[in-house]
Amino acid sequence: MKKLYDNEMKLEFSSKTCNEAFARIAVAAFVSQLDPTIDELSDIKTAISEAVTNSIIHGYEEGEGTVKIEARIYLDTVQIEIIDNGKGIENVEMAMKPLYTSKPDLERSGMGFTIMESFMDEVKVESALGFGTRVIMKKKITPKEDIDEDNLLDEKQKEDIKNTLGA
Amino acid sequence: MITKYDKENKILTLIITEEIDQHTADNIRRKLDNEIEIYNCKKVIFDFTNITFMDSSGIGMVLGRYKLVKMLGGEFELINVNRRLKKIFDMSGVSRIIKINNEGLIAKEENNEEAI
Repeated sequence: MKKLYDNEMKLEFSSKTCNEAFARIAVAAFVSQLDPTIDELSDIKTAISEAVTNSIIHGYEEGEGTVKIEARIYLDTVQIEIIDNGKGIENVEMAMKPLYTSKPDLERSGMGFTIMESFMDEVKVESALGFGTRVIMKKKITPKEDIDEDNLLDEKQKEDIKNTLGA
Repeated sequence: MITKYDKENKILTLIITEEIDQHTADNIRRKLDNEIEIYNCKKVIFDFTNITFMDSSGIGMVLGRYKLVKMLGGEFELINVNRRLKKIFDMSGVSRIIKINNEGLIAKEENNEEAI
């Protein structure tokens, strides 16, 4: 059987809101090797945007800092971590509640974590006050029905055999 | 972002052409609040036809403008909200407060289906 690959990428950028688009597009480009549907890709882009915004607005409170993203692919699942060394979250459970926001003055809706949770399969938040926050998200990309790995290999083998015979 | 103002009926239409995240929401907010107050409009319409991306920053931005327009005594409406955006607006309860008019979008989708 064909060996399924593992893959990894790491990204680091300044804590500026203008980098949000760059971050979600870069991750989407990395994930695209799993051949996701447009919806799956949009789900991931939205979740990344939420997590990165949180790091910039809440973690660094729009001050200087670096946001890191690490993405790994295991079989058909992508795991994305968004890491900051900001101020950390005092009460993670409270922060994850729908409509809870510590910054209503910035017109934040308090839906960030709720959106991450509903668009990704799994969301875990690790945070330490004064040290930073790490959001770990996972999403399985549905394999396309018309692609059967074994059949694909057989086709290739057949072609190889044909070529060898032809030569 | 394109804004259109119908002087006769005092309707301000905003066609959003960029992706909405925290960064762009700030810009839209600044520009729009200014226009809403200058024109003293009766109705503000947000048109999402051309939008390709929106995260939760869009929720706060829309709700904030809704509050401002209401305070000034005007009407507020969202139009052409696609399925993905609708999901975000439903989740946050925006669709219970703000009128969403999708007639144009539904007509467009039906036309597309016929074409297929």
